[in-house]
Amino acid sequence: MTDNGHLSGEFFINGDVACAEGAISAGCRFFAGYPITPATEIAERMSRRLPVVGGTYIQMEDEIASMNAILGASWAGVKSMTSTSGPGFSLMMENIGLGVMLETPCVVVDIQRAGPSTGLPTLVGQQDVMQARWGSHGSYEIIALSPDSPQHMFDLTVKAFNLSEKYRVPVLIMSDEVVGHMSEKVVIPEISAADLIYRKMPQIGSGPYHPYKADESLVPPMAIAGQGYRFHVTGLTHDESGYPAMTAAAQDRLITRLVDKIKTHADDIILYDEYMTDDAEIVVCAYGITSRIARYAVKLARQQGIKAGFLQLITLWPFAERRVRELASRVKTFIVPEINRGQIVYEVERCSCGKARSLSVPHSGGDVHKPETILAAIKECHA
Amino acid sequence: MPDHEGNGHSIIAKYLRQDRLPHIWCPACGIGPALNCFLRAIDKSGLDPDKISVISGIGCSGRVAGYVKLDSFHTTHGRAIPFATGLKLANPELKAVVFSGDGDLAAIGGNHLIHAARRNVDMTVICINNFNYGMTGGQVGPTAPYDVRTSTTPYGNFESPFNLPLLLYASGATYIARWTVLHLHQLENTMTEALLKPGFSFVEVISPCPAVYGRMNKEPEGLDSLKSYEKRSIIKNGADPKDVGITQNGPIIVGKFIDVDRPTLHTNLAVVAERAKKQVKNS
Repeated sequence: MTDNGHLSGEFFINGDVACAEGAISAGCRFFAGYPITPATEIAERMSRRLPVVGGTYIQMEDEIASMNAILGASWAGVKSMTSTSGPGFSLMMENIGLGVMLETPCVVVDIQRAGPSTGLPTLVGQQDVMQARWGSHGSYEIIALSPDSPQHMFDLTVKAFNLSEKYRVPVLIMSDEVVGHMSEKVVIPEISAADLIYRKMPQIGSGPYHPYKADESLVPPMAIAGQGYRFHVTGLTHDESGYPAMTAAAQDRLITRLVDKIKTHADDIILYDEYMTDDAEIVVCAYGITSRIARYAVKLARQQGIKAGFLQLITLWPFAERRVRELASRVKTFIVPEINRGQIVYEVERCSCGKARSLSVPHSGGDVHKPETILAAIKECHA
Repeated sequence: MPDHEGNGHSIIAKYLRQDRLPHIWCPACGIGPALNCFLRAIDKSGLDPDKISVISGIGCSGRVAGYVKLDSFHTTHGRAIPFATGLKLANPELKAVVFSGDGDLAAIGGNHLIHAARRNVDMTVICINNFNYGMTGGQVGPTAPYDVRTSTTPYGNFESPFNLPLLLYASGATYIARWTVLHLHQLENTMTEALLKPGFSFVEVISPCPAVYGRMNKEPEGLDSLKSYEKRSIIKNGADPKDVGITQNGPIIVGKFIDVDRPTLHTNLAVVAERAKKQVKNS
């Protein structure tokens, strides 16, 4: 352990623990949460680690409170996180919207299980990905990442904090029960200050501070409580001064900027990985735990002489629209296996603009796809 | 003398966002006098205003955050307390004040209210209690006495109200007081004390809502409610919280009911942090 409490080296840990360590390495010093399977191990790890590194852990009375507590902590200038699963994620929705509206950096981890309702608490699902995009009321853009392994949990948690600080938006880590509970080797690197992004602060002496006045980056500098700016922020539609502005014009100005600050930086935010797509006629598109199975199925297909490729979505939101469009212009079919009854497949279909066919390989949840199921879908399209 | 804009009035100039006036509150609403007392209490407390954060939920009282010239957060309905909890825990140097209404704090936010009191978070909660949801047109609130008329209890309220001081006492609040907006002097002193009290302090302010609640309950003018408060109020400092429930026409017991000391959440967290560091060092 280093002086500042970060671990570094090689560890055999599960995805939940790797996520917690990623948060600590990213400088997260406040965690509020509520017990829920299969995310509880993140909270437990944070309760053990945060007091040692000068941070604060608190178990709140529910997920609504947890979400609000991390927003409050962020406005006190501390990087903050909460973790949950489907039912708790649903409860957080309204205040994820508050985070978007107040432009509050924070990280929300969803270790997805099968739903709806209580569903299968201990078993895997990928059923909250559309909720991640559209779950809070109103028009907005959000960032969501999808890790496929404990190592990825660590890496993407650090990334999530950096993105949230850079773009002043809640960043969602849409993981799942299998990734959360599987143990693998995780290499935790030495993290230096240069690897971490902190929110832009207002420059002292630059005139009166307007909490929502942005430069061309569209991301306004963020003051924190107690610095003497005496700012006001509100979940109401507001103008640059932060004051409520109850007009359609003010609404349009604000919402356009909130949407554009993510959309215009999509290239910086969107991460994906590809395998054998160069000459592919069939591309399997997957994310999270399903991408590991999909990649294997593509390998099997190639062994059988089928020109299959694989696109792994690491950033789910904003969607990798441009890449899917490019691929759609030269592949025949996208196959989209996901542990739900079809969610991301609709995005793939939308971005294909009718140029490529989209085939859903749905799964109701509880376990993962079999490679043979995906392979069969590939063969069916190949025939 | 202050002019209409409040210029020359040091308290207003210091702590009120004059560029936000006029405010949204109806004539003779009780939130204005309560806010006035609050600003004076801040001044009197000697606290550094740069370190005070005011956090509000939704509703008429929730708009207070928008008028104070302090760091201020207008959050979602019922959620001011957990927002304030996170803010305070992340930077203990800040003074967190939640200013909101009875519906926001005791109905939709009721769970947060009792848990913050249980934890003894360092926080002052000022609750404007006008017995109804004024902003949405006067629906029944969680503190509305039995049989009162509201826009959703046209034949009389068929539920029983929360006795907030008793609820807060049972939950563990270390400072609990109640005044009406007729008791301006006491309210100001109480708010000053509450601001300086370590741990969870709760100030209930019985407040007229003539435009909505009053109109439906034979108090259509602000003065009607004040006269009623004058007639019904009984000052009983140290009263047992179980004896201070409010009925439609019965006495309104006011005063400082509870002022006790127990370790705050922050003190306890600091103890645990020390223990954690020692354990890790020794392992």
